[in-house]
This record gives sequence, structure tokens and C-alpha cells, in this order.
Amino acid sequence: MPERTVLDASDIRRAVRRMSHEILESAKGLDDLVILGIPTRGVYLARRIAGAIGEIEGREVPCGSLDITLYRDDLRLREVRALEPTSIPAVGIDGRVVVLVDDVLYSGRTIRAALDALADVGRPAAVRLAALVDRGHRELPIRPDFIGKNLPTSQGETVRVHLTEIDDEDSVMIRQVDQ
Amino acid sequence: MISRHLLSAADLTREDTIGILDTASELATVTDRSVKKLPTLRGRTVVTLFFEDSTRTRISFELAAKRLSADVINFAAKGSSVSKGESLKDTALTLEAMGADAVIIRHGASGAPYRLANAGWIHGSVINAGDGTHEHPTQALLDAYTLRHHLRGGQGDLAGARVAIVGDILHSRVARSNVALLRTLGAHVTVIAPPTLLPYKVQSWPCEVSYDIEDVLPHLDAVMMLRVQAERMAGSYFPNELEYSRRYGLDSRRMALMPPDAIVLHPGPMNRGVEISAEVADSPRAVVVEQVTNGVHVRMAVLYLLLGGRSEELLAEGADR
Repeated sequence: MPERTVLDASDIRRAVRRMSHEILESAKGLDDLVILGIPTRGVYLARRIAGAIGEIEGREVPCGSLDITLYRDDLRLREVRALEPTSIPAVGIDGRVVVLVDDVLYSGRTIRAALDALADVGRPAAVRLAALVDRGHRELPIRPDFIGKNLPTSQGETVRVHLTEIDDEDSVMIRQVDQ
Repeated sequence: MISRHLLSAADLTREDTIGILDTASELATVTDRSVKKLPTLRGRTVVTLFFEDSTRTRISFELAAKRLSADVINFAAKGSSVSKGESLKDTALTLEAMGADAVIIRHGASGAPYRLANAGWIHGSVINAGDGTHEHPTQALLDAYTLRHHLRGGQGDLAGARVAIVGDILHSRVARSNVALLRTLGAHVTVIAPPTLLPYKVQSWPCEVSYDIEDVLPHLDAVMMLRVQAERMAGSYFPNELEYSRRYGLDSRRMALMPPDAIVLHPGPMNRGVEISAEVADSPRAVVVEQVTNGVHVRMAVLYLLLGGRSEELLAEGADR
């Protein structure tokens, strides 16, 4: 079955813009906000969101990355994985509102690992979750706060997010995996 | 990335090495946090099996394993059944029966880790923490890590870097591992020693050989001073310590011959006044204490890469989600 584009570049641009407004509104300002992207593509989305918020508010919002590899619950099921960079903004996360950003929300296990990783870095006042795509099929009691697009899928499908920072184009694609 | 065991720095490809060093850099950020612990190796058992005295290497491995949440058992030959005459094989079988996932071994006999890894006595990973006069791969990795952070503005590429290793090359596993690894990373290595402390056929090593330290120092990015290992010197290799120090020791006058940004490494423990003067050891250009810190990061990386993924049994069963 061929791959089908569900979001194109302008859809992604609008979704990121809307999520940025929603985050800003819910945070009631910038003072406590820290945006953390989950590698790989969550980091680029986090930067776009931080950039959009910065444009709206006219000042920078702390933005970083949080690698969750060492906290995964499926490490022993696969070959060892290379680590991605973690960079926590200098202001830290203690007492702040942390918005985690990921590209695709699926089982929720990545977010579970991210919450564990966050707890080892510090104690945020609150943690929110933003995802470009929510494809359902949660395996843990985790729900997003900010969503770019709800995408009903079957578990036999894969969702791929491409971002120009590391791919050729901005797109979200869905494909049936051959059984 | 790397295979099941870490026995020799010479086994590592450039890609393996860069992978270990990059992983170590990421793991180093954990040290800056309030909770310096990761859950990654929870439920895994790591044994340190030391047949020779060591403080920093054993403690460094123990700390690395504990930071990754592994259970650590320290097995020192002194005060154990080994001092009652137990063989390496029986010790290994005991550790296997206790379910060791990794055995970190230091042994006076060159090749002991290889034997442990390949004799079929144990299923776990074997990490060489120094075997006789053969290799000490994690020392070479931590030295390379330290060099990466100091040379070329910390850009990480050691290609073309000029490094000299000075001292007891004949008995030094640190020198063997470093020559191999630095060569793999593209650095230019010179070993400097009195002729009596150079091994037979050193000309076949992938490095240059010199007998004159002052000749080489002005061209270096880093110099690595080796300890004079009195315990491995059954015969007399040089007339006395004073003469050795005069000809091959690093004092501040000689350090001044080096380019201003060149650094001094020493694997420790240092014999102050013999291979390195106290003034040099305490100067900001000596990165000895930093090497110790980096050792923990590099050993965490090695443990993660060897034990962090799917275990051998699961691979054999072909288990999948």
C-alpha cells in the first residue's frame, strides 16, 4: 500500500503555530515556561514552538532537549541504542512548567520514560505534553495537553514525521506495513 | 556498536571508538545533575574480579556500574578463595553460577581476559581492566576522551594530533592500548624510553621511537608520562631512579619546551620526583585528576554499550515484542 501524506508543510506550520498559542495561553505568560524536545524530531519541533512563542512575546523562551534512551522500558528487547544529546536550559526545571514535545504520541511509553528522566533532573511545578500527531493506541494512562493533529490509525500502520531540519521536507505520512 | 566483550583496544574500529567516546560525553552530563543515577542496568550484575592491586580502576568501574543501577560485586583475589589456590576456571564457574552479566577482570597474566571470554566458562561480557603487560583498553579510551576535550579546541578530532608516551613502554599495558587506540583515531604517536625499557620489535609498532625526550617535546600536543613500575622490574633496567629522572623525567624546565597549550597526562598512581616532578604534577597543564573523572564516564559508556541492549539469551531465542 502506498504512503499517504496526511499533513503537508503548511499544515505543520499552522499546527505548530496553534500549539504555540495554546501553550502560551495555558502557561499565562513566559516566566516559568521551559520547552524540552524529545530526540530526534521532538527537538526540532520544540525549537519551532519556542521560536513561535518568542516571536509572539518578543523574548526568548528556554528550550532544550531530553534524551530518554537510558530510561526506556524496552532496552533489553532491542540492540543497544546510541544516545542523543540532552541539554537542559541553564535556568533549570525546578519549579517551572515544563512542556515536553514529541513528534508522534503512540503507546505513551516514551513519555513515561521522559517523566522518569525529568524527575532525575529536577522537580518541575508541572509537566505538560505537546505532540504533533496523536495516533492513539495508548498503553499507559498518559494524555496530551496540546495536539497538532489527531490521527486515527490501526496498529498495522506506521506514521512518519519528516522535518526539513533533518529530512527533505515537512510532512506527516502514513503507511500500511506489510504483514 | 561494540561486540560482546572489550578485551583489547586494538580490536576497536574507529567507528566503535568514536561511538564509545560520544556515548561517554552524553553520560558525562549526568554528573552535573542532582540525581547522578540512571536506571539503565537495573537488575544486571557486574563483578569486578581483581587479581592485582588497584584502587582507581576498580573504584571507577564500581562507580560507573552503580551510576547505571547495576548490582556490583567486588571480588578481590586477596582474602578470597583464590588465595587458597582456586583456579581462574573455578572462580569463573562460581561467578557464572551466581549469574554475572559482566566480569571486569584485572590479572597479572597477559591474555587472562581473553581466556575468560573464550573458554566457554561464562556467558556474560568480559571487560579487560588490565592484563599483565598486554592491554588496558578503558585507560586508553579515557585518555583519548581527555585528549578530545583539550586538543583542537575540544572539536573531538584527534587525526594528526601529536602525542608522546614516555617511560616504561616494555611493561606498560597502558602504552600498548594507547598506541593502538591513538593510531586508530589517526594521531601521530612517539614512544620515548631508555633502550632497556622498549620491547623487542618495537619498530613494528605503529609509532615512532625516540630515546631523547627533549628532542620530541617541542612538537607535541600532549605527553603521557608512565609510572616506573618497580613491581614488574625483576632485573635492573636503569642504574637508579635519579638517573632515570634526569634523562626521562618531566620537570618544569622540560615542560616549558612544549608548545604552550600542550597538556600532560599520567595514568596514575604518580611517582612524584621520578617520572614527573611535583611542580608539573600540580600545574594546570597536568590533567591527571580530570583523567580520573573521565574514567567513570568512559566506563559507564562501555558498560552501557555492552549490557544496555538485548542480552545473548534473548537474541538466541529470537524474542520479539
